[in-house]
Amino acid sequence: MRSVNALVMTGYGINCHEETAAAYRMAGAQAEIVHCHDLITGRVSVHDFDLVTFPGGFSFGDDLGAGKALANKVRYRRLPGGSTLLDELQRFLAAGKFVLGICNGFQVLVKSGLLPNVRGTCQQEATLTVNDSGVFEDRWVQCRALPHPGTPFLQGIDRIDLPVRHKEGKLIFRDDALRARIVSEGLNCLSYCDAAGQPTLQYPHNPNGSVLACAALRDPTGHVLGLMPHPEAYLSALNHPDWGHRFRQDPGLSPEGEGLRLFQNIIAHCRSPEHT
Amino acid sequence: MSPVAVIHVTLKPGVRDVHAESVARQAADYLRLDTGRIKTGKLYSVIEPLTPEQLRRLAREALCDLVINDVRVDARPDAAGWGSYLLVGKLPGITDDEGMAAQRTAADLFNLPGEARRQSIYVSDVYFFERELAKSDLLAIASELLGNPLVHHFDCGPVPPVLAYVPSVFIEADTSVETVDLRLSDEELLALSRDRLLSLNLTELSAIRDYYGRPGTVARLATLGRPAQPTDCELEVLAQTWSEHCKHKEFNALITYVDEVAGTTTQIDSLFKTFIRGSTEAISERLRAGGHDWLVTVFNDNAGVVRIDEQRLFVWKVETHNSPSALDPFGGAITGILGNNRDPLGTGRGGAKLLFNTNVLCFGPPSYDKPLLSGQLHPQRVMDGVRRGIEEGGNKSGIPTVNGAIVFDDRYAGKPLVYCGTGAVMDASYGGRHSWTKEIAPGDRIVVAGGRVGRDGIHGATFSSVEIDRHSPRTAVQVGSPITQKLLSDFLETACRQGLVKCSTDNGAGGLSSSIGELALLSNGAELHLERVPLKYAGLRPWEILVSESQERMSLVVEPGTLPSLLELADRFEVECSDIGSFTDSGLFEAYLSGALVATLDLDFLHHGVPRKTLSARWRPPATTAAHLPPMLDHNELLTRLLGSANICSREEVIRQYDHEVKGKTIVKPLMGAAGVAPQDAAVMRLGFEDYAGVAISCGILPRYGDLDAYQMSAGSFDEAVRQIISIGGRLPDPAAATCPFWSVNDNFCVPDSVYHPDTNPDGEYKLAQLVRMCQALYDMATFFNIPMTSGKDSMKNDLRSDGTIISVPPTVLYSMVAGLPDVRLVVTSEFKAPGDLVYLVGATYDELGGSELYRLFDQIGTQVPQVRPEQARRIYQRMGRAHDQRLLESCHDCSDGGLAVAATEAAFGGGLGMDVEVSPSAPPDGAELARQLAALYSESHSRFVASVRPAHQQKFEEIMGPDARALGRVTASARVVLRWQRHPLVELPTGELLDAWRHGLARARKGR
Repeated sequence: MRSVNALVMTGYGINCHEETAAAYRMAGAQAEIVHCHDLITGRVSVHDFDLVTFPGGFSFGDDLGAGKALANKVRYRRLPGGSTLLDELQRFLAAGKFVLGICNGFQVLVKSGLLPNVRGTCQQEATLTVNDSGVFEDRWVQCRALPHPGTPFLQGIDRIDLPVRHKEGKLIFRDDALRARIVSEGLNCLSYCDAAGQPTLQYPHNPNGSVLACAALRDPTGHVLGLMPHPEAYLSALNHPDWGHRFRQDPGLSPEGEGLRLFQNIIAHCRSPEHT
Repeated sequence: MSPVAVIHVTLKPGVRDVHAESVARQAADYLRLDTGRIKTGKLYSVIEPLTPEQLRRLAREALCDLVINDVRVDARPDAAGWGSYLLVGKLPGITDDEGMAAQRTAADLFNLPGEARRQSIYVSDVYFFERELAKSDLLAIASELLGNPLVHHFDCGPVPPVLAYVPSVFIEADTSVETVDLRLSDEELLALSRDRLLSLNLTELSAIRDYYGRPGTVARLATLGRPAQPTDCELEVLAQTWSEHCKHKEFNALITYVDEVAGTTTQIDSLFKTFIRGSTEAISERLRAGGHDWLVTVFNDNAGVVRIDEQRLFVWKVETHNSPSALDPFGGAITGILGNNRDPLGTGRGGAKLLFNTNVLCFGPPSYDKPLLSGQLHPQRVMDGVRRGIEEGGNKSGIPTVNGAIVFDDRYAGKPLVYCGTGAVMDASYGGRHSWTKEIAPGDRIVVAGGRVGRDGIHGATFSSVEIDRHSPRTAVQVGSPITQKLLSDFLETACRQGLVKCSTDNGAGGLSSSIGELALLSNGAELHLERVPLKYAGLRPWEILVSESQERMSLVVEPGTLPSLLELADRFEVECSDIGSFTDSGLFEAYLSGALVATLDLDFLHHGVPRKTLSARWRPPATTAAHLPPMLDHNELLTRLLGSANICSREEVIRQYDHEVKGKTIVKPLMGAAGVAPQDAAVMRLGFEDYAGVAISCGILPRYGDLDAYQMSAGSFDEAVRQIISIGGRLPDPAAATCPFWSVNDNFCVPDSVYHPDTNPDGEYKLAQLVRMCQALYDMATFFNIPMTSGKDSMKNDLRSDGTIISVPPTVLYSMVAGLPDVRLVVTSEFKAPGDLVYLVGATYDELGGSELYRLFDQIGTQVPQVRPEQARRIYQRMGRAHDQRLLESCHDCSDGGLAVAATEAAFGGGLGMDVEVSPSAPPDGAELARQLAALYSESHSRFVASVRPAHQQKFEEIMGPDARALGRVTASARVVLRWQRHPLVELPTGELLDAWRHGLARARKGR
């Protein structure tokens, strides 16, 4: 079986790199935690990997706005060859590879222009800003994926419980036209939903007030996915707050957490014949 | 000074300004001010010379988010429609992470070197208000809601024509060293100590004076051409090293303890040695005799170390940060948690991976309505600031906050107690060498890593040893920088694993004087070169460099051969590292400034020269009176009130703002169940993703019992922490058994001034007797259960003296416990799981309502304090252990504040279930019926649980538990709580109604302000 190599970025206040790397390993990939500085100085190249992940955390303390300072580094800081990390990621994607951003990583992808990137110019088209509640919150939410999510990460997932842990997760689009394209192209591939499974703007089911109840965005190719909830924090069934009751109801419940499926999906996809 | 350019970033019209809404709401709620609309913004004041084009690019491409922001590169604000304004900036020298982030981003934008060691961009918050508010109102908003005059600069009034603020530090460069002549009268010596904030008493000052009169000292200094008097550097180093904070003089004092009840007088040679270290030594012997070697490092490093398995060690430290949190709650708390993180990080060789934080907080109640004294902040403000500090400190460091407690009492309104704990996992060996040892050889280099040194935090160690008064030094206030520390800890983890660090320690209280002063004992000497210490700004006096407690710094011991590799790694992690000296075997602590010797002290005198204190303690039980309650009580109303009371109600709004599951290892979070509202006992974390080994984390704190008996208060707090771990499925250690899970406890005593003084502290002997009894209980409990203290920290003068009055904390002890769990899949949560399960009360209930939350509802204390009955407790815990072994429990919740009624109701919160239970004892004791009902429902007797068991396990469970478990009834699907007394319902309410009272108690208490 082909080995899949996942790069998990760290440094500058990123702090979910270990569980993210664990997720890839559990899903059968090789995962390497790489300091962003080593990508900037050229010690490590993204092109040696199949997947690049921007994990959660507080890059640069979220000062200047969540993910903004790291996005600036990605956009502007020149590597020894004169290109930027953004240039390299675009080349990386053009080679059919994948980029995932979780929470702070999603904020970085949006603010560096990689998401949703409807126009393909890597100019910022949306933002993630302060929750309507005004505060950081750690709570579990129910999400629902589009039936045809358009990205291998979410393949076969309908409803999924995940934790959110952020202060700046409210998605806003640059204008209504863009918003309309997001909907028409189905880039809003994962939504916060209510108990009935319907996308909702109602707090706390929608924890931040995101338009379209949007919990995740993909780019038109489906190769870039960003989401506010943390799938890497749900690798074990015991991460769920109601695991006690769930195991009582179903003693045969899988010990795996549902969040692991995103990682299993993408690794399976990278290994599939149509991809390779 | 360079000219200032200004970038002003605001939200576009139409973008919801959540922060502005919150400020307007708080101004209305707390200050009764109508601000009208508010517009918030960030002001970047740039003193870097940039071209207009560069400034424009910085503003538009890097600092603003064009989807939501407007940006002006112009100091002249657009004032149309705004009646007044407020600018909140930082005072000179205060951490400005936003400014530093802007600088780093500017370096990325222009592709300049990333070093941001001199600050050139400063960030302020700017608020425009629709109304024309008076300056006094704007200052009230500034200082009550948005900032603190101790750390912030405020400008306010009508919108000015030009906006700018640069908090430049101007210090006249004065690097001189003074000689301090100690040939003074007693009064003059004390005045010297006061003026220089040395916090030394006359005995200590005399000891220092005598040291400089010793022939050896005189001769040694004469060969250096120096008079036999201390330099200011030496005096400061001595004062910091001898501070209560560093040397625990009261815990090490000789105490004459008179127990008037027993009619005995005892000499106690150090509370610490006798009770704390004494108990651990006794337990250690038993463990070793049983072949268990999990106690690795106790008391003699920055944190306690126990062995998890062959590969891993568990490192555990809990500290307090009370005085700074009283002055600046946010800065105090964030500095506290980050500082505490550096303890496990700097234990042994260093670089342990931080696993979790805990925090236990004691505040005045949110509804506190007594007049505030000068220098006193309202408890609500203290709580908001501390909570925010813990949120930022923990969340931004990526460390989950998994366990804690909040205790309210009027007596914490003067000084809050802020306990910060950090647990970490360290590889047992780095490159084949033990990781937990600290070894230093002469010639090893002294390297400081992390933040730079400024005037912030000078005299923190001595300051924390005195009561707060109106002249408390501003330089003692600091604001931590989580991002600086995150870079440092990432670097240190890697450096230690690569074997580049021989050992490390935190630069905390007392700064370099303490960190290097202590490490120097290992090689028997050290020399520092102060000019090599990186400074935030020029002009610090040498003594200031020695004692500054500027944060986010660690001291590393590095072998000369590995220094180049270490510095290269530091560069990759963008952490500043400086080689500032070396260890020696001279027997001296020496500091040089550009080649000139500015301090030279005998290490032996520095560390062992402090005179011992002698103190007296006298125990006489406090006078108590029986509680008087109304003759008729409605239990529905009583239970509802109790659930909503400040000490019992849900902490959800606080808990949700702490990230409690980053790292993905949290198995039992503070709140569980489908709706995430059911409160839990101990937290549970797994240690890695490859196996299911884990730890349970708990805390015990019950200060209100101290009003009746400090011994039972301490014993009860210990039992509370133990039973929380038993509840989720932990096992007591048994040294005689083949397997014996590790336990590791930090004790933290926070007491009022307990040194007798006829005028200022007339009941000091009683207070010290309370402390003695708390320590006796610690010894008795620890040795009875074989649960060892491994580290801790004490705080001795938790009093606020102001305006001629004093507010003193009640004597308080916190036990923070961690126990090893072989398999986290076997733990049990507190909430009921299924209708039809049997509900049991485990343990015996006594008429022990003294100090209870029930009595507090009626402002009563009563007489009968809950007693810990150790034999009975151990039997119950062992039986519960067997029940857990056989997986007979569906849920288990410990009985604590509010007794059985509260614990049982909380267990119903998880799954929208109810219960129908009989609470009357099978053989009712004599006495008035109401009193018996109150005791059954609300008595807080220790060592009890509410457990649920599926019917199929009833027989097995009852066989194991015997008379220690009494079936009360069943879990029901009806979502009603029914508590019966001889079949008649005393309480009958929908679970949802009780949940509502419990969930919103804090918000309601705050509105009552």
